[in-house]
Amino acid sequence: MLTLQFLPYTTIEYLNSSKRVNKLLSLVKTDKIILLEGRLKPDEEAELIRKTMEDINDKFTGIELSVIYPELKNSDFFIKLKHSFMNFVLGDRQGMTIIGPANVVKEIKQDPEKIQLLTKDYKPKKKITTRSSRATGAQKSRTSREKKR
Amino acid sequence: MINTFKKLANKFFGFFKKKKEIKLGLYGPPNGGKTTLANRICQDWLGEDMGSVSNIAHETREIQIKEEIIIKSDDGRELKFNLVDTPGIATKIDYEDFIKAGMKEKEAKERAKEATKGIISSIKWLDDMDAVIIVLDATLDPYSQVNITIMGNLEARKIPVLIVANKIDLKKADLKKVQSAFPQYKVQGISAKKGTYVDKFYKALFEVTK
Repeated sequence: MLTLQFLPYTTIEYLNSSKRVNKLLSLVKTDKIILLEGRLKPDEEAELIRKTMEDINDKFTGIELSVIYPELKNSDFFIKLKHSFMNFVLGDRQGMTIIGPANVVKEIKQDPEKIQLLTKDYKPKKKITTRSSRATGAQKSRTSREKKR
Repeated sequence: MINTFKKLANKFFGFFKKKKEIKLGLYGPPNGGKTTLANRICQDWLGEDMGSVSNIAHETREIQIKEEIIIKSDDGRELKFNLVDTPGIATKIDYEDFIKAGMKEKEAKERAKEATKGIISSIKWLDDMDAVIIVLDATLDPYSQVNITIMGNLEARKIPVLIVANKIDLKKADLKKVQSAFPQYKVQGISAKKGTYVDKFYKALFEVTK
């Protein structure tokens, strides 16, 4: 099962850059795909990559990251001004950031208008363990029944 | 704290001495052709190579610097710089990808470990650059978040950027797509391997660093 978790901007609003990155990374490491309202600052994005590299091991192979952001290049001056003012007052809540673990998300294809998220054939380890434990339980009861006979 | 102090000191002393040499960084995702371009520049102006290249990603895993390269324009201007070739920046590294490329497990794990350290170094070095050439593979989708993150960080630091759309000799190459992805930057299509449009690249370099 694939889990998408929405993270409102308010959950990271009052955290400093380091804590923001740590929070996002700890959630991603639980094999969830995070949909964060808004976006990180450029230096926070770089810090997220840096911290990801520090944490890489045989099990955690990194992240896939993508940001959808409203295109303002051709917008009216006053619209740009309004957006800048809103960003200043409310924080950068526009757009959305998608972060997923690389062992779940194969690739995020990004173009200005759409995002395609390609996932891997993902089988969570817990489920496999549950199935095998059930099988073992069934095998045990079968064996005990055979012994009684 | 130390970095902030360094920056302040650099700004202060910058009033008294004009910078003669600049640090020119080669940045971009892995396998874009950064080292191939570095070798091309070094061969053209120094007559020697800078580093080894490979089809397997993350061949460059340490920062490499070639000092005092001087390039000359047609109208007699000179540009002196220290060329900094950086490891490709990625958001994921799986040692199994290196095994798939033909490496043994131990070698693959070592390469993955070195590659992560290389990426950390590349990010740290962003602060020290005076100008940056972003080398992209023109056959691949330019809308990758790594590219956008690098650009965003350079923009925030007000570092001049030249985008090089490399591998333009290949059929799949799409220069217009790279240009439309980053309309605010100068984009120069080249083939670093074959030397196509390298003269135009040097001209663009003069424009960006002036």
